[in-house]
This record gives sequence, structure tokens and C-alpha cells, in this order.
Amino acid sequence: MSEFGFLDFNLVPLLPEVFLALSAMGFLLIGVSFGDEARRVIPWYALLALLMTGVLVSQVSFDDAIVLGGMFKADAYSGFVKLLIIGGVMATLGLSMRYLEQEHIDQMEFYVLVLLASVGMMFMVSAVNLLSLYMALELQSLSLYVLAAFNRQSPRAAEAGVKYFALGGLASGMMLFGISLIYGFTGSLDFGTLTASMMVMQPVPFAVIFGLVFLLAGLAFKLSAAPFHMWTPDVYEGAPTAVTALFAMVPKLAALALLMRILFEPFAYLVPQWEQIIIFLAVMSMIVGAFGAIAQSNIKRLIAYSSIGHIGYALIGVAAASEGGINAVLLHMLIYMAMTAGTFAVIMAMRRGGRSVERIDDLAGLSRSQPILAYALGILMFSMAGVPPFAGFFGKLMIFQAAIGAELYALAIFGVVASVVAAYYYLRIVKVMFFDEAVLMLDLNVLSGPQRFILACSVAFVLFFILSPSAFIDSTQLAAAALFPGR
Amino acid sequence: MILAAVFYLFAFILLLSGFLVITARNPVHSVLFLILAFFNAAGLFVLLGAEFIAMILVIVYVGAVAVLFLFVVMMLDIDFAHLRKGAMQYVPLGLLVGVILLTELVISVSAWQFNSLSQQNLAVPEIGLNAATNTQALGAVLYTQYVYAFQLAGLILLVAMIGAIVLTHRVRPGVRKQSIESQNARRPEEAMEILKVQSGAGIS
Repeated sequence: MSEFGFLDFNLVPLLPEVFLALSAMGFLLIGVSFGDEARRVIPWYALLALLMTGVLVSQVSFDDAIVLGGMFKADAYSGFVKLLIIGGVMATLGLSMRYLEQEHIDQMEFYVLVLLASVGMMFMVSAVNLLSLYMALELQSLSLYVLAAFNRQSPRAAEAGVKYFALGGLASGMMLFGISLIYGFTGSLDFGTLTASMMVMQPVPFAVIFGLVFLLAGLAFKLSAAPFHMWTPDVYEGAPTAVTALFAMVPKLAALALLMRILFEPFAYLVPQWEQIIIFLAVMSMIVGAFGAIAQSNIKRLIAYSSIGHIGYALIGVAAASEGGINAVLLHMLIYMAMTAGTFAVIMAMRRGGRSVERIDDLAGLSRSQPILAYALGILMFSMAGVPPFAGFFGKLMIFQAAIGAELYALAIFGVVASVVAAYYYLRIVKVMFFDEAVLMLDLNVLSGPQRFILACSVAFVLFFILSPSAFIDSTQLAAAALFPGR
Repeated sequence: MILAAVFYLFAFILLLSGFLVITARNPVHSVLFLILAFFNAAGLFVLLGAEFIAMILVIVYVGAVAVLFLFVVMMLDIDFAHLRKGAMQYVPLGLLVGVILLTELVISVSAWQFNSLSQQNLAVPEIGLNAATNTQALGAVLYTQYVYAFQLAGLILLVAMIGAIVLTHRVRPGVRKQSIESQNARRPEEAMEILKVQSGAGIS
């Protein structure tokens, strides 16, 4: 080993990812060998594998080890985000099982692809080299492209898949162009070397900033931050609801975590240069998220615009460029994830005559036919709008606090105004459920046990977050501190 | 001297076959000239000491891409004479694009220099670069320093394979597949029945 000067061959920090990747391949083998018999057990195996991966993540010591040729870093930040990713994927699987059966697309490849996408996302948050970053991002994206088109019977799903693939390929191309410029002018892909180079190079060559802009544009696409959001509503609407739930919860968190690592590790000395870009993305996303959703009649498209808006709020926290900002972003994404899981459980309950319906008007009269579901969605919508006693309020509060701490007053005020506008369409859903007369009733008792459980957890989280917010804020603080060593 | 002669031989045949690719009337001849061009380009790479790229060129471009072209040309019924009609009007535009590309290449090659910092960053001794051939050197870093990226590439290809199968494979009922095991396991006793037929009686 020393013959090659290759001393950091240490797989222990990668143990969770290696375990998850191997289990995905194992499930593939089981699924192919046993066919239909395996279909019923693989979802549960997948959940178990994710649970064990979560245990491994929490057990692997975060000694900031950088291993495998400087490609992979396990620290408290990546550990926390990985736990969130695993939680989100588990929630998605819990929501998906019954839905896939109802839509007759319950193939075992769905679970294998979801697991491989999670492996990609976990590698993304640990990447400390532009090469490993790109490879991990592609592993994640490629799995998601396939998942978007997973329902082969539906032309809309095929359209979603093709659209996502074509635009995603374009975004990857832009990102590669940016990476090649950065490499050309610094001679390194490694985050550590890049940090040192940025410190030495003053002024930083224009081409490096140019490259950074392209890199950010590619990442903004993955985040669906405006003006790179065009694919989001179509893909959310066309993809199977189970896949939409995954899209809304997990990949954005991974991309955001990656974005923060890039901005605060190698480009930490270029804050004035990238801050304006992030502020622009945040403002645009909030505008699109607030005004784009108003005219929507499809609930999945509405959630798509809502997610664009929430990314806008998260980017305010990034623009604050402080430890408090990162802390706020992580908490905001955690809360957003919990709210989205519950919302998708209700969307999956929207079926009439055994077929899924997606218009907002279909929710009319829900308060009379299924009051529990109506109250649950009502609470989630109030929380999404950021109404005080619920969890969603605290995420936004911390974000705006961080912005004010960084003296970004205009941005904070803009965020508050945007969230007031956005409240209109969240409350419209509540109005439709409670005050509109139903023309046709939705089917009763659609949800399976796991789906009910996730809905209950989500609502409980939103309701009781206020009782002990510190339980969550402590862990986000720990994770955020890991990204700011000694600063 | 011999090196120069070989270089000019490869270069001349490369240019000639490249020219013939676009002028040959028969598309199959075009593809064959393309293969000749690839082989000569590979020869040029060998002269440069880049034997790995030469091998890749032959394996990937000749072995896969050109053969695929050949299949496509032979399988599809395309009227190439019709396609070629009016192609001459694009010659000025093509020449313009070619001239621009050439100038860009000349400028960037003649004026390119690393800034001191990237030179310094690149000067970090890469492992295995003192190996005898560049295939060995690539192997030495690919499976050590870049093993992580290599394995991730493997996972990406696995996802691509699963995706292609999931999105296109359909199970067709009633397809009769050959089962070699059951064919081999068949014995004469179960496959044949020998009847003694009396002449004139027939079989009921």
C-alpha cells in the first residue's frame, strides 16, 4: 500500500453506504430469482436494511476522517444529513407499498432503485472532491430518472421521465463545464486543496467564479430553485405519487447539503461573490413558489410550487453564510420533510372508485366524510403556511432570524411577504375541505397501516414540536458546527 | 527518419480515408473508410506513446461504434442519393465553422499556459506515474487512488442496466422458449413410442 503512497484506504467510514448498496444488490438477486413470491417481502427487507443503515450511520464515529484518496468525508454534518435522508426514504417506502399495489406497479425494482438512489444521496453529502461529488450526484439522478417514468402504462409518467432526464442531463452538463473551469484554473478537484488555493489566489481569477456560477446553476436545477424550476411541476404531476413523495422529501435535502458543503468549504473565501447568486435564487424561488401555485388546480402541482417556495426560504439561510444560517436550513428541511410526508399520505388517500384523483376540488366535503383526514391535512397546511403553534413556523422563524443576524433585512422582509402570499393557497385547501359542498365523495378507508402511521407521526411532530424544540435544534446545531470548524 | 516516414504514412492515409468517408457514393464504403481512418488514428496515437488511447480507439470505435453504423446502414433503407441532394449549398457554412474551430484550436494551443498555482497543485506527485507504460500507470491509479470513483461508476452502470430493463422489458405470455436442460433430459422412452403395426391394419 505504501508503495503507491496510498495510505487512507479505510472502508469503515463508508460502512453504512456499502451495506446499503450491497443490500440493494442482494434484493435485486432475490427479486430476480424468486419473482412474484419476493414481491411481498422485499419492501419490508428494504425498510429493515434502511433501519440498519441508520443504526450504522449513528454508530460510525465522526472523526472527520477523509478516506479513499481524499474522496469521502464522514463528519457530524454528513452523519446528521444521512440520518435525515434515511428517515425520508423510509417514510417514502412506508407510503409507497400500498400505493404501488393499487396502481399495479409493485415491482421489486422500485425498491432497488430507491435504495440505490439513497446510496447516491448519502455519497453526495460526504463528497469532498468534485469528482466524487459528480459521480454521486449522477448515481442519484439516474435512479430518479428511471423512477419518474416507472409507471409504464401512463404516458404522463413517460413524459415526466423524459423531461426530467433531458433537463437533468443539461444541468449535469452545465455543472461539468463549471467543474472543468475550476479545475483548469486551480489544478485541483480536492476541496482541501481548493480551499487553500482560494486563500492564496487574490484576486480569484474571473474564470473560477464563472465556473462556480455554472456549478451553482447545475445544483440549483437539482434543488429546483427558480429560475431552474421549470421541470418541477410537470415531473411532480406526471410521476407516480409514491415517487413524487420521494422527490419532494429527500433529493432536495441531499442537494442542499451538498450545496452548503461546497459553499462553506472550498468557496468559503468567495462569500461576497456567491452570496448575490444565492440571494437571487432565493428571491426568484419565493416569487415563483408564492405566485405560481395560486392558479393550480392539481394538488401535486401545488405541492411542487410549494417545494420551490420552501427551497427559496432555505436559500435565505444559506445566504446568511453563518453557522446559525446552516442550523436554520437543516431544521427547516427537517420540518419540511415531516410535513410533506403527512401531506402525501393524504394525497394517496384521494381515490374515487378505486382510481386516484388529484384535483384540489376533489377534497371538497372531506371534513364531513373523513373528518380525521381533513383535520390532519388542515393542520399540515397551517404548518406549511407558517402559522405559529405548528412546527412550520419555527423553521421559518429561525431562517429569518439568521437572515437578520447577517443583516440581510430586505431578504428577510421579502421572505415574510412571500410566506403571507403563500398562505393564501395553503388556506384555500383548508377552505375547500371544510366549506365546499362535495359533488362526489372520496373512497373511505383507503390508507394502509404504514400510511396511517406516517400520517399520525407527521401530524404529531407538527403539533408537538413546540413542546421540545431543543431536542431537534441541538442536533442541527451540532451538525452545523461541523461545517464551521474553528470559525 | 523512419518515425517521420511512418507518421506521414499514417497521416496521409488518415486524411485520404477521412475525405473518402464523405465523398464515397456507397454508404457501406463510407463506413469502411471510417474504420480505416480509425485504425490510422490509432497508429498515430501509438507513435505518440499513447498506446492506451490507441487501444480504446480500436476497441470502442472500430469494435462497437463503426460496426453499429454498418448495421444501421445495411438494415435501414435510406435513399442516400436523395439525402445528398442540395448538400453543396451548406459548404460555405461548413467551411466557416471549420475555419473558426481551427483558429480557436491554434490560439488556445499556442497561448495556453498554466497559472503558477495550478502548476503547483498539479505538481503533487501522482502515484504510479513512473510506471513503464501508460496503461500500467492508469491501472495503478484507477484501482488505488480512484477506486472510489471507479466503484461509483460501477454502481451507476448497474442503475443504468436496471433502468433499461425496467422501462423496456415486458413479459409476453405464451412465448415458447428453448429449454436446453429439459431437451437434454429427455430420454427415448418418454419421447418415442414404438408400435408394431400390422400391415394393412393402420393405427387407430
